[in-house]
Amino acid sequence: MEKYRIYKNRLFSAVITILTVISIVPLIYILVLITMKGIGSINWDFFFNVPAPVGEGQGGISNAISGTFLLIILASFFSIPVGLLTGIFLSERAEGRFSYWVRVSADILQGIPSIVIGIIVYIWFVKQTGGFSALAGGISLAIMMLPVIIRTTQETLNLVPDSLKEASLALGVPYSITVLKVVIPAGISGIVTGILLSISRVIGEAAPLLFTAFGNPFMNMNIFKPVSAMPLIIFKYAISPFENWQNLAWGASFILIVFILVLNLFSKFVTEKWKTQF
Amino acid sequence: MENSVLNIMDFSAYYNEKKVLGNINLDFEALNVTSILGPSGCGKTTLIRCINRMHELVPKTRIQGQVLLNGINLYSMQPEIVRKKIGMVFQNPNPFPNMSIYENVISGYNLNGIKLTNFEKDRIVEETLQKVALWDEVKSDLHDRGSDLSGGQQQRLCMARALAMEPEILLLDEPTSSLDPKAVKNIEKLIYELKKSVTIILVTHSIGQAARVSDFTAFLYHGELVEYGRTKTLFTSPGDKRTEEYLTGRFS
Ligand SMILES: Nc1ncnc2c1ncn2[C@@H]1O[C@H](COP(=O)(O)OP(=O)(O)O)[C@@H](O)[C@H]1O
Ligand SMILES: [Mg+2]
Repeated sequence: MEKYRIYKNRLFSAVITILTVISIVPLIYILVLITMKGIGSINWDFFFNVPAPVGEGQGGISNAISGTFLLIILASFFSIPVGLLTGIFLSERAEGRFSYWVRVSADILQGIPSIVIGIIVYIWFVKQTGGFSALAGGISLAIMMLPVIIRTTQETLNLVPDSLKEASLALGVPYSITVLKVVIPAGISGIVTGILLSISRVIGEAAPLLFTAFGNPFMNMNIFKPVSAMPLIIFKYAISPFENWQNLAWGASFILIVFILVLNLFSKFVTEKWKTQF
Repeated sequence: MENSVLNIMDFSAYYNEKKVLGNINLDFEALNVTSILGPSGCGKTTLIRCINRMHELVPKTRIQGQVLLNGINLYSMQPEIVRKKIGMVFQNPNPFPNMSIYENVISGYNLNGIKLTNFEKDRIVEETLQKVALWDEVKSDLHDRGSDLSGGQQQRLCMARALAMEPEILLLDEPTSSLDPKAVKNIEKLIYELKKSVTIILVTHSIGQAARVSDFTAFLYHGELVEYGRTKTLFTSPGDKRTEEYLTGRFS
């Protein structure tokens, strides 16, 4: 009986080890492949030039890097204030029909495929305003960031003990200032982490940008004009028949992964360093 | 009683239409310590939270009757103003975790947007920490976090935070129930000192604590004020059978 138990234990840990390896191997393979293929295209030109026309050298992806930054800034500008306020509202007023439906909507929004969000912004915004634009791209990314920010804000603030809020209110501090100066600072690490994770969620999205930001072979910082982005350039150039464009796609993939890695590491840092011990 | 600062008149309180305090009449003497004594669940916390209107944070509460502060009905004032005049210390110490000791003491000013010069801040912090007998222990670590202090020190910091606003009345809701015996003794000594400058209302379920620190005692049972009078009188010759039974430990 005892032997059987030991045997079973060993078998079990062997299976777990094998499955773990199987799940890690593709990840390592992807990272190694992208690094090897991508790192070769990275040089001065890569960061400071736009893509070269076919057959004229390689060029760079400065239009896509700056476009991605522009899109993230626009998306953050819309989604952070709305997301924070909604998250605060949900944590302060958990009861009630309205809160219930806001929560359900946020969850549904989180599940909507990104391409559908792209189409909706195309119909409601691009068609109305008469053209593709960075603004339209920013709005579609904002819609994707919104549910993540709402839910992490709400969940973080739920963890802030009521006793802190009471301490402040008992000093005669008005409710709104208590939320602003006591509750939010106590949950700030979770809130910032949520924002960073929402950015890393959308920074690699091509689908919602296809019909909104559209892409642009040139550098553009005008929010009313089409703009390029890293995932758009990867999508377009990876499937192109030209080797110099394919190389740009590998390089862009590599940089994008580095961005996402940095965002994740930074959010880990924020979680640990800014955390409030209750 | 002639020198009362706070009068509770024909006062009742309800949660969800369930009556938890019935027809309370109580006058609190200025610059004295009054204990509100009674078994757990009898409505002590509810009563003092009605005094600084913190009960309004719980949805579906309702009150009847009046509470007068220096003759003015509390319920006709803004709750924020009431709470500045009537400070509160809670059962479990709750210093602001992301503020230093120094910031905790003046948090009432900072959070309320009241501007002070650095000189005034330093003065308030030192004086108030002296008052709660914490100054000597923390004067070299004023910029460390308040939540790193021991439980007893944290509770004294919370008292300092309330006292810094110079309230007329200080409400203490079982302030020692989470502390070790030595810290309890320090706080009791402190309460005795503090009544020189502030009227204190102390909620406690400890008979010994009421006897040691309070001038007056109100015995509350099932939401009803059973008996109220000088602590000495009430403890030596209780007028009601229930008081006597509680004091002799026949129920708790
Ligand atoms: N937020 C609340 N909602 C509903 N009932 C409550 C609430 N707080 C207290 N009560 C009820 O009111 C009564 C008095 O409670 P409380 O004032 O906390 O008593 P004590 O402080 O003497 O232990 C208890 O029966 C308790 O269950
Ligand atoms: Mg209580």
